[in-house]
Amino acid sequence: MYNSSFTCRHLIRPLSLLLCFLHLSVVQASEPEVEMGISEYSKTDQGHASKNNKGKTQKESTSTTDHSKLEALKGPFFSGPEVTKVCLECHNTAGHQFMNNKHWTWDYKHPKTGQHLGKSVLINNFCTNARGNEGMCAQCHAGYNMTDSNFDFTNQNNMDCLICHESTGTYYKTPTSQGNEACSIMFAGKPAIEWEKVAQSVQMPSRNNCGKCHFYGGGGDNVKHGDLSSVLFDPAKDVDVHMSEQGEAFTCVTCHVGEAHEWAGSRYEMTVHDEVGTGKPGMPRETASCESCHSASPHPIDTVTGVKLNSHTSKVACETCHIPEIARGGVATEVDWDWRTMGKLKNGEGFKLKEYTQGDGHHRATYKSIKGNFTYAENLQPMYAWFDGTMNYTTIKTQFDPAKGPIDINSFSGSASDPGSRIYPFKKMHTTQPYDKGNNTLVYMSLWGNDDSALWGNYDFGKAIAAGMKKNGIPYSGEWGYIETLSYWPVNHMVAPKEGAMECSQCHTKEGRLSHLDDGSIYLPGTQKNKLLNIIGLLAIFGTLAGVLGHGALRMVATRMRKK
Amino acid sequence: MSMNMIKLVVFKRFERVWHWSQMALIFTLLFSGSAVYGVNSLMGFADAVTLHTWAAMILIVLWLFATFWLLTTGQWKHYMPTTKHFIEVARYYAFGIFKGEHHPYKKTFGRKHNPLQAMTYLLVKTIIFPAIWLSGIPYLLISFGMGGFLNDLGVGNIALVHTAAAIAITVFVIAHVYLLTTGHSFVEHVKPMITGYDDVEVTDEELAYIKADEPDLIKHNS
Repeated sequence: MYNSSFTCRHLIRPLSLLLCFLHLSVVQASEPEVEMGISEYSKTDQGHASKNNKGKTQKESTSTTDHSKLEALKGPFFSGPEVTKVCLECHNTAGHQFMNNKHWTWDYKHPKTGQHLGKSVLINNFCTNARGNEGMCAQCHAGYNMTDSNFDFTNQNNMDCLICHESTGTYYKTPTSQGNEACSIMFAGKPAIEWEKVAQSVQMPSRNNCGKCHFYGGGGDNVKHGDLSSVLFDPAKDVDVHMSEQGEAFTCVTCHVGEAHEWAGSRYEMTVHDEVGTGKPGMPRETASCESCHSASPHPIDTVTGVKLNSHTSKVACETCHIPEIARGGVATEVDWDWRTMGKLKNGEGFKLKEYTQGDGHHRATYKSIKGNFTYAENLQPMYAWFDGTMNYTTIKTQFDPAKGPIDINSFSGSASDPGSRIYPFKKMHTTQPYDKGNNTLVYMSLWGNDDSALWGNYDFGKAIAAGMKKNGIPYSGEWGYIETLSYWPVNHMVAPKEGAMECSQCHTKEGRLSHLDDGSIYLPGTQKNKLLNIIGLLAIFGTLAGVLGHGALRMVATRMRKK
Repeated sequence: MSMNMIKLVVFKRFERVWHWSQMALIFTLLFSGSAVYGVNSLMGFADAVTLHTWAAMILIVLWLFATFWLLTTGQWKHYMPTTKHFIEVARYYAFGIFKGEHHPYKKTFGRKHNPLQAMTYLLVKTIIFPAIWLSGIPYLLISFGMGGFLNDLGVGNIALVHTAAAIAITVFVIAHVYLLTTGHSFVEHVKPMITGYDDVEVTDEELAYIKADEPDLIKHNS
């Protein structure tokens, strides 16, 4: 595959200048390309953020304080913690508040399952584990100097106020520790941060602040969620009716309302059935569900359709109909990750093969030396299942039976008989990744580091697993293999305008989107599901027709015979 | 006792309006209902649900009027089962009709339907239509978010009864239309339901009563 495309380029080039010109004018650089090196800064990353920052509708700040006028923020500053210290002098309870926030703690105790979750411990089926790889992963930690798993979570000066509050779009973070030599150029070439400028720019978090991390989860643009991509920096109305400038122009925190540095919306414990409902004006909401603004009867009742749609909300989540596809607007999401091919090199150097051209014309890596093979999808129909909001995770402690097929990295509960469950859309991710073959558990890998075990640079699973397990005191059998895993990502964003919602007939038909849930636990009209009734109906109707036609025919025959 | 054959109003204006609007609504309901069930793809699901719901609600109102009318005018008596002439009529449909015999039943003042017909209509009115309403109204209530108390029944079971009843109505409609071709002619059968008049066998006493008390029932040739 790679070879043929490479040859192709060389053949096309001398063919015709005109052809080349036409080609380029349609989509810039539309040829799949091989990119040497393993740089993880893709063209889309900061480009989108800074483009949007010039924004068409920069609203005038309503804050009662213009931070650019504050003496204390004049600096000079030479590091993040210096800025934070000044912030906390005035906002003297902010540090205390933020101390409990997941963005700081990377730690979560599930109130229902009791599971110990959070980025600090979990393993996913993307880059696998942040634990032990903080040097790289803590670029998205709302703190400074998290270099390893022994971070001091009590030191408020290490909180990173800027990552969420700066508004220049020039702020960025780099790995907190040295990676492998091969990775040294991964984050090179960024202009130095002007600390005073970013410190004076603070405001309520914009979509740039949230998006810089959340749109790039899983290692790249829209890789993880499918409904959270750089498209949301400036989406068209048909992609996201809430966030589009042509729509409501919401920022993330319009729905994820915060109070005391804690805000609504969590996918560890989700609200799929909002009993709080619509809040009064100005009331802080503790949930970021659709219902918390739209209520459970959101459709106008002046038509039968509206009334009928309202009667769906006790079974079907709003998202199911109103987010008909994910990865819309030109940025693809990953649906399959195959770690088995990790480690191919060209002349001893890592590389990327960019064979997928997504809707916006950008090429996406279908192979990365440090990660293996990827499969992408756009305008993807989500998977639908009953969901009560509670997620169960396969953690490092969970033993599983590898013979039982793909392992659910996270599984969820919910059923048709549970009044708190709804039919919910998910993005399903399939991965083939390493596991501990002897102990039948997932593994912590050492991905990042300047030793000879870090996968990124050494390309040796055996060493990376042994080191990753040892670093965290997890028993390791010494034997690893590959296992298929699945993860499920609840879909809530990229809500289409009402014209773009699903049609009734997309479910109410024989082979519809919800056919797999039509198992007798619900009644789904339009599917002709009751086979016995179908047969009885056909027999009765066609039997009667045959009866009257037969009777009529006999009458005609009899009449003719009498006339003779 | 001598019998007289005269043209009388057998189907009152209300009854005719009822019959034809009910016919239109039933066809609409069968058409849209089969689209909802999924066996007819001639109309979209949302449109089918809307049409079905409106047609059903109109038919409910019509039925309330019709029931009131049947009870208050005494017209319900026409539907009471009877064995009189039952065998003759049944024998006619099974054999006589092929031999070119005339329909053995004549409409009488107190009986505008033949006994087989009356029994069929009674079955339709007491079993099939109630089945469609006893399932359809709960279905509507659930759709309108007022059916919480019906949850134990299950929408699936309600829909099952509803669809089965709809199949029975379809069977009735086929047989009903076919039977219009028996006897004199199709037109002879349909015409009274349009004009209201049909030939009715009345006794002298009945004729005297009609002439004295209900002269409007008699067709006057103008």
